[in-house]
Amino acid sequence: MADEPGGSAAVTLAGVAIAFPLAGGAIYQAVQGIDLAVRPGEFVAIVGPTGCGKSTLLNATAGLLQPSAGRVSIFGAPLSGLNGRSGYLFQADALMPWKTALDNVAVALEPQGVRRGEALERATQWLTRVGLKTFLGSYPHMLSGGQRKRVALAQVLIRNPEILLMDEPFGPLDAQTRQIMGNLLLNLWAQDRKAVLFVTHDLEEAIALSDRVVVMSAGPAATIIGDFRVGLDRPRDAAEIRLDPEFHRIHKEIWSSLRAEVQKAYAFGEAG
Amino acid sequence: MTRFKLLLAQIGVGLVLLALWHLVTNYPIFGTVKNAQFFFSTPGDVMLRVVREFASGEIWRHLWITLQETVLAFVFGAGGGILMGFLFARRELLAAVFDPYIKAANALPRVVLAPIFALWFGLGIWSKVALGFTLVFFIVFFNVYQGVREVSPTVLANARMLGMNERQLLRHVYWPAALTWMFSSLHTSVGFALVGAVVGEYLGSSAGLGYKIQEAESVFDVTGVFAGMVILAVFVLVIDSIVTVIENRLLVWRPGPGGVGKS
Repeated sequence: MADEPGGSAAVTLAGVAIAFPLAGGAIYQAVQGIDLAVRPGEFVAIVGPTGCGKSTLLNATAGLLQPSAGRVSIFGAPLSGLNGRSGYLFQADALMPWKTALDNVAVALEPQGVRRGEALERATQWLTRVGLKTFLGSYPHMLSGGQRKRVALAQVLIRNPEILLMDEPFGPLDAQTRQIMGNLLLNLWAQDRKAVLFVTHDLEEAIALSDRVVVMSAGPAATIIGDFRVGLDRPRDAAEIRLDPEFHRIHKEIWSSLRAEVQKAYAFGEAG
Repeated sequence: MTRFKLLLAQIGVGLVLLALWHLVTNYPIFGTVKNAQFFFSTPGDVMLRVVREFASGEIWRHLWITLQETVLAFVFGAGGGILMGFLFARRELLAAVFDPYIKAANALPRVVLAPIFALWFGLGIWSKVALGFTLVFFIVFFNVYQGVREVSPTVLANARMLGMNERQLLRHVYWPAALTWMFSSLHTSVGFALVGAVVGEYLGSSAGLGYKIQEAESVFDVTGVFAGMVILAVFVLVIDSIVTVIENRLLVWRPGPGGVGKS
């Protein structure tokens, strides 16, 4: 898969390394030697200990960040500038606080040249789909964390991107809300199966949602140390799937490779 | 405290202060009554003078002049501040080059400019507008500059990932962010516009509230000075409450104090 010559993969990372300059002229090597391919319609989760550069990798795929070595290709074409074929769901609040939920979603269609009347109509439909029909006129600060994520999800999906990049999108939410959001995401995704690259530090969430779990080593110079297929049936319920014996088997298998890295990350964090 | 009780307390403070003033100036507590009245007038006389000013209709002309100057100073100052704040925040080089000049100009006490402005723009309203402009401009400029530079990087990255071009970013992200900061300084900048107008009038004019006060001072008419100050204070309160109304309408999206935001 990773060695496939780019043709059919939605996202191909080949030999990608990313480094940041530090104060004092030193260089911090965040990730290196990353080979990864995401096929169209595939839901891939990246897990790894805190600070392993998962989000950095995602930003490189989005074009927000230039890799220091290697190549990022989107549907076979080398990426230059921002990745216009992808939608990005951020971990932090990314909604425009001065716009209502409706305007936040509708404005996402403006770059595509959709007329305002139509944009408002489609935004209303999308907010209804994510269960926020009665919150159209609410400003972000009036919404709960989970509701804001729903608006952000609608904002990203209304543009109908071919690739979805998600950076610990449900990280700040409580456990129950996370499961509800996970199910909402699975339902929406099942309708047209976009390629998804989902970064999380929560292994259970990764298994519950994805087709494939990619494990990264602890940073610095983090790389991919494991690639596991999740053979659980779809459609799934993000909460109930966790009781499935197969889920436990996969969890155990992946955790055995992840555990050492998590401990390494802690040791590094305490030493530094 | 309920709104009603708060209002009662606010009125109470005023009444106590007035009563003290009345006592000190009508009874020989500190020196003779005549002396006390010469220096401090009395609340009764001041109120009487205020009423007479309004009854004769004389004051309206002066209020109108001061209001015009205040509004013009605010509009030009805020407009210029927004424009320059935007430009400097988006063009790092420009900001770096002009930095020492901006700082020097801002540190200059504006009062020293008043005679120059009178020379350049005459004794009419425009020299006062110019003085108010120099006060309002810097407040708005610094706020907008800060606001545009400190737009949340996540909001910005998100907007760019949504495919917005430079013009759309300006309209949907930078502009609202800058406006927020401008409005957060709205009370201060409107206040300074008024200060500019009144100080300008005080230093040389033939109309306006500042002129009325200056005129009274020149003949040691303490009652007139206090009457002018009372009218000025009420004028400020009225303008400030109008600003509050405008602010509340334009910033509905902002969380209220304490983070609770149900409108």
